Amino acid sequence: MSLSDGLIVSGLRSIGAVSIFLGRTLAQIPGSLLRPRLIVHQIYNAGARSLIIIMLCGLFVGMVLGLQGFDLLQRFGSEDALGVAAALGLLKELGPVVGALLFAGRAGTALTSEIGLMKATDQLTAMRMMAVDPMRFVVAPRFLGGLIALPLLVAVFNVVGLFGAQLIGVQLMGVDPGAFWSQMQGAVELDDVTEGVVKSIVFGAACSLIAVYQGYHAAPTAEGVGLATTRTVVNSSVLTLLLDYILTARFL
Amino acid sequence: MRPNRALEIGTGLFVLLGFAALFFLSTQLPGSGLKLGKPEGFLVTAAFDNVGDLKTGSPVSMAGVNIGRVEAVTVDPVAYKAVVTLRIQPQFSSIPEDSDASIQTAGLLGGKYVGIGPGGSDVYLKEGSTIEFTQSAIVLENLINKFFASFASRGGGNNGSGADEPAPQD
Repeated sequence: MSLSDGLIVSGLRSIGAVSIFLGRTLAQIPGSLLRPRLIVHQIYNAGARSLIIIMLCGLFVGMVLGLQGFDLLQRFGSEDALGVAAALGLLKELGPVVGALLFAGRAGTALTSEIGLMKATDQLTAMRMMAVDPMRFVVAPRFLGGLIALPLLVAVFNVVGLFGAQLIGVQLMGVDPGAFWSQMQGAVELDDVTEGVVKSIVFGAACSLIAVYQGYHAAPTAEGVGLATTRTVVNSSVLTLLLDYILTARFL
Repeated sequence: MRPNRALEIGTGLFVLLGFAALFFLSTQLPGSGLKLGKPEGFLVTAAFDNVGDLKTGSPVSMAGVNIGRVEAVTVDPVAYKAVVTLRIQPQFSSIPEDSDASIQTAGLLGGKYVGIGPGGSDVYLKEGSTIEFTQSAIVLENLINKFFASFASRGGGNNGSGADEPAPQD
């Protein structure tokens, strides 16, 4: 009784706290837009530095998709549809979801530990004492940077994955390249691309918000920062998959 | 100032790469437009009553070997026929002029392709030639309809001589 009560209350409380934090961050975004250099720096940290891992993983996800898709489609004698399967799988699901999970692991943890350490070393307090709002100069640029970086990373992931699938399917397995591309172009609609982009924007917002929230609310100790980093990965991953279900149900 | 500059260049490259990828996904994947290298070979047209879901880029094959691709599929507004432009690779320059073209399906559910059956003429297909003898795509639904129609008339009584079998299309 008391346990479930505590779970419900604490769950409600954290949802409320994240929502209030989101509201405060959004309120600071216009102010932080006046300092584009800060945002550029965060796009570099969250995006450009994640590019290599995103491209590498995209290549391997695409190659696995090529192998598995070919093996499955071959049983029905329609391995020409490999391009369609790979493109739709990457655009609608694998790109945004795997991209967001990698983003949470690579960039989200960096954000959380950075902000958590700034808090633990009293840098945020010092900023406040100098009448510099850390929400505006620390949190909002990082949130925006992640929000801008993830959709671009996912697009790169999709393109690299597509070429990975093409590499395996066409070069290795001998699927006809014309059929691969023409069937893909015949089956993929602009709506499918839009769905992937919308998903990646939503996931980018969710993962960045969780990362900055956990960092900002970390206990200002070494242990607290470590715990907050762990929570960033766990919460981002769960929320990404949950939102993915909701968005998929909405788009179908 | 120097490290800041490197950072901004890196960010710029990343953003450009991301938008290039987005542009590629939204323009090249849906619809047509992706070019696979420099096109070579000669163009041949053929008119079909029905091409099924033949698409630009579908293979053209002869005796099971890929010899080219479908360059374009359009409709002749006068004859109401589908005009398919085929790009044949240059090394297959000795295809007889009276060869026939048919729309085939790769496997039961596979994509459509154009099959070329060789004729016996000494004159070969060249740039701008037209293949006269064509056979349309087999539309599975029509086939099933015809099957049931002939089945019903046969069950209806008289002879099952097959007089009501569909006439072969040209």
